[in-house]
Amino acid sequence: MLGRTLREVSAALKQGQITPTELCQKCLSLIKKTKFLNAYITVSEEVALKQAEESEKRYKKGHSLGDLDGIPIAVKDNFSTSGIETTCASNMLKGYVPPYNATVVQKLLDQGAVLMGKTNLDEFAMGALGSDTGGSTRNPAAHCGVVGFKPSYGLVSRHGLIPLVNSMDVPGILTRCVDDAAIVLGMLAGHDPKDSTTVQDPVKPFTLPSLTDVSKLCIGIPKEYLTPELSSEVQSLWSKAANLFESEGAKVIEVSLPHTSYSIVCYHVLCTSEVASNMARFDGLEYGHRCDIDVSTEAMYAATRREGFNDVVRGRILSGNFFLLKENYENYFIKAQKVRRLIANDFVNVFNSGVDVLLTPTTLREAVPYQEFIKEDNRTRSAQDDIFTQAVNMAGLPAVSVPVALSNQGLPVGLQFIGRAFHDQQLLTVAKWFEKQVQFPVTQLQELMDDCSSVFEIEKLASVSLKQ
Amino acid sequence: MAAPMLRGCCLARRGALACIDGGSRHGRGAAIGCRSSGKRGRSSVAQQPLITAQKSGKGEHAWAAVVGLEIHAQISSNSKLFSGSQVQFAAPPNSLVSFFDASLPGTLPVLNRRCVEAAVMTGLALKCHINKKSLFDRKHYFYADLPAGYQITQQRLPIAVNGSLEYSVCVGKKRSQVITRTARIKQIQLEQDSGKSLHDELRSQTLIDLNRAGVGLLEVVLEPDMSCGEEAATAVRELQLILQALGTSQANMAEGQLRVDANISVHHPGEPLGVRTEVKNLNSARFLARAIDSEIERQINELENGREILNETRSFDCKLGFMPEPNLPPLLLYDTASLPPGADPQQVINIDRIREQLPELPSETREQLVQQYGMLPEHSFTILNEVGLLEFFQNVIKETRAEPKKVTSWILNNFLGFLKQQNLAVNESPVTPSALAELLNLLDRKAISSSAAKQVFEELWRSKGKTPSQIVSEKQLELMQDGEALNQVCLAVMEEHPQVVLAMKRGNPRAINKLIGLVRKATLSRADPTVIKEILEKKLSS
Repeated sequence: MLGRTLREVSAALKQGQITPTELCQKCLSLIKKTKFLNAYITVSEEVALKQAEESEKRYKKGHSLGDLDGIPIAVKDNFSTSGIETTCASNMLKGYVPPYNATVVQKLLDQGAVLMGKTNLDEFAMGALGSDTGGSTRNPAAHCGVVGFKPSYGLVSRHGLIPLVNSMDVPGILTRCVDDAAIVLGMLAGHDPKDSTTVQDPVKPFTLPSLTDVSKLCIGIPKEYLTPELSSEVQSLWSKAANLFESEGAKVIEVSLPHTSYSIVCYHVLCTSEVASNMARFDGLEYGHRCDIDVSTEAMYAATRREGFNDVVRGRILSGNFFLLKENYENYFIKAQKVRRLIANDFVNVFNSGVDVLLTPTTLREAVPYQEFIKEDNRTRSAQDDIFTQAVNMAGLPAVSVPVALSNQGLPVGLQFIGRAFHDQQLLTVAKWFEKQVQFPVTQLQELMDDCSSVFEIEKLASVSLKQ
Repeated sequence: MAAPMLRGCCLARRGALACIDGGSRHGRGAAIGCRSSGKRGRSSVAQQPLITAQKSGKGEHAWAAVVGLEIHAQISSNSKLFSGSQVQFAAPPNSLVSFFDASLPGTLPVLNRRCVEAAVMTGLALKCHINKKSLFDRKHYFYADLPAGYQITQQRLPIAVNGSLEYSVCVGKKRSQVITRTARIKQIQLEQDSGKSLHDELRSQTLIDLNRAGVGLLEVVLEPDMSCGEEAATAVRELQLILQALGTSQANMAEGQLRVDANISVHHPGEPLGVRTEVKNLNSARFLARAIDSEIERQINELENGREILNETRSFDCKLGFMPEPNLPPLLLYDTASLPPGADPQQVINIDRIREQLPELPSETREQLVQQYGMLPEHSFTILNEVGLLEFFQNVIKETRAEPKKVTSWILNNFLGFLKQQNLAVNESPVTPSALAELLNLLDRKAISSSAAKQVFEELWRSKGKTPSQIVSEKQLELMQDGEALNQVCLAVMEEHPQVVLAMKRGNPRAINKLIGLVRKATLSRADPTVIKEILEKKLSS
């Protein structure tokens, strides 16, 4: 049951094959068994069971709220959840219990979803598995063999999403299949008066059509994305995917995004600048961690922020402050803004030339083993891992990573589709067609569990958290 | 507490600063004065203020001062600039703080429409160009009363630019000459107010109240077109009146709704401007002029003693630049021509509509007073400058048949005089407009003499609740209406004082006054001196 799609589970709940409480308990049990993975920072067991109970009551009366009623969900720990600790995986917010729900969280709860807990992330979402600011919905999705969808900027409310880069952050959706992502998007999209950057146009929930004919579709392959660092396996899969479209009648052409090579540096300047600004509020005064020093306000700030933030965060704040200095502002920040405009225009030009959707790799290679991972510093890692995903954030476009195949090592590999701004539905339609063609096997949790049994022996050591 | 209308200029302590025009220079040290151009009537002249320093034995070096102002006015609105929490003075600490105001992570700013309208109204009243597109920025600095670590403001592209503020100066020997001066307005921007911090020295702690954090402010930047403390104070007063007339800010300095920072420098005329210093957070009209003049004096002293002017604020200036506020899209305003068809009126602001609905401005009100009531221009200033006086005046006018000029005179001389003497505001006056109106009516129909009226007026201040009529009858101040009886008294007095009559006949002017006094005494002051004089003169000629 835990391996089924949203629709399948929802149908099972409606038919009474399983109750929300049973489903919830199965989830909780699996969470406990996989505790060594440190996937959850907070497991909201009581809350979840209560919500499951209420969902059950509704189903008994035949008044279910919809497709999401009784469905277990998890929310990354940088979304504000009322009454449930929200830490952003940082010391700075240890013990911080928000008094309000992020809009997207509220919408999911209003639909009857059952909140299992808050999931782990790099401190303030600044690691290589980054944020949905540079690709951290799509990257982990590709590495784990699930669907990771990034909506168009402005489509989904950011109210309550603790920001990294306000001008690029977007709530991302991780699901087992494209259809499920579309269902959730339908519930989350739309104008939020609490977020002035959401578009005013009304959004109606939609059902994704099942495309059969792709002959009218034009797929673009950006040539700059063929980099030497790309693993041969991924490259081969990318090629196969392009051929697949072509063989089914779609037009597949090479396109150019000439400013691609500047996007990493541009992203770094803008990201650190906004980060420096966004982190300024963490001073220990109103909420969160406060040091013991009370000699003076300045001393208190310094100690609080030193204790509260890790190296990566502090490094980014310092970089950002540098770029925001009066004497540097023009040369760094403004310049980066201009380059950003160029990058965004690259995409506009390509889409204006008749391309519907771009097809690119999501990551350079399959997931890197832990020992190898910790060898490089954060900046290098970010540069490497975000290379295909982050230009999309700068342009505010929708993108989705769809699992394609297992690598030779048996690890998942995904490919990315990038769509026109606010054409999320079209994008997901194409992705759904592709998913059907590819038939990537659903993750079998039991097998995974058996494989992991050897890991139980070194449970204490394996803090696979990505905190430094 | 209204600043006095500018008279000449710059009266300051120790007499060190004095008006050149008709005034005198006292003692040593710098004398600052704002010289009038000597022209009659109204003129807008860029004055060249002249400050002369006297140095023993070295002759005189003229100094000129230059003053610019940054004025922060709290917008009069129900809720804050970017959040829904209420705006209220003196509420319990931290009781008006929303999640956004407390900078809880994940909260976002949402622009308050009323604040934008207030900014547009103020910009239009101050003859600014309204930018149809303006932007919001973050200004970063760390301070306990700034929860987010940055203030949202409009530095790059503010909502209004290039306006002007006219204020008037009274000069001349009798200060009856009205000269209009203009201070250019560089820009008006919307920005957040900060919270308040209270330092508790005893317990070595700082207490923070965030009630004020996020309240909308209009920052009005005046170019350095002013030349001394009084000019600056007058300009600020005029701005206050404009804001109050518009309703965009209550602009009450005592309640912190209007705060002024002054930028001051001195230089020798003809030479480049000197180093600026800043005098911050002036929140009293009275101290504004003095503080500015003190700083001017201090700078002159420093420079004359061979020292340099150090700009201390600059060293604390944040070295971080501004960053665009990414959570607020550009603010777009429309006029009737550019309004998108079918636009939701709730979502758009039309500058033309706002312009049409602008209320009467102080300059228009003063003009009205002059036209309608034959008032002298300088009197119209006094009436507007004193808080509540205009309303008082208008209420008296409504209820009395007396001539407007008479009313003006009583209000400005007698009423205002008593207020000042007893250090009262208009709204604290024991004399109501009705009472004064009644008194003026009595005077108008000659039921009492003008000296009696003054007596009654005095009594009104002392005894609450009594009407003028009551006082008149209590004190028996009614004028004698019986002409024949008065005639008799005059005759009697004349007969009793033949020497005085003789003196009168010989043309001694004081004689007749003595007789009038005697008659008045005999009538217990119930006879009109003018009438007495008439009768006596008639008798003399007959």
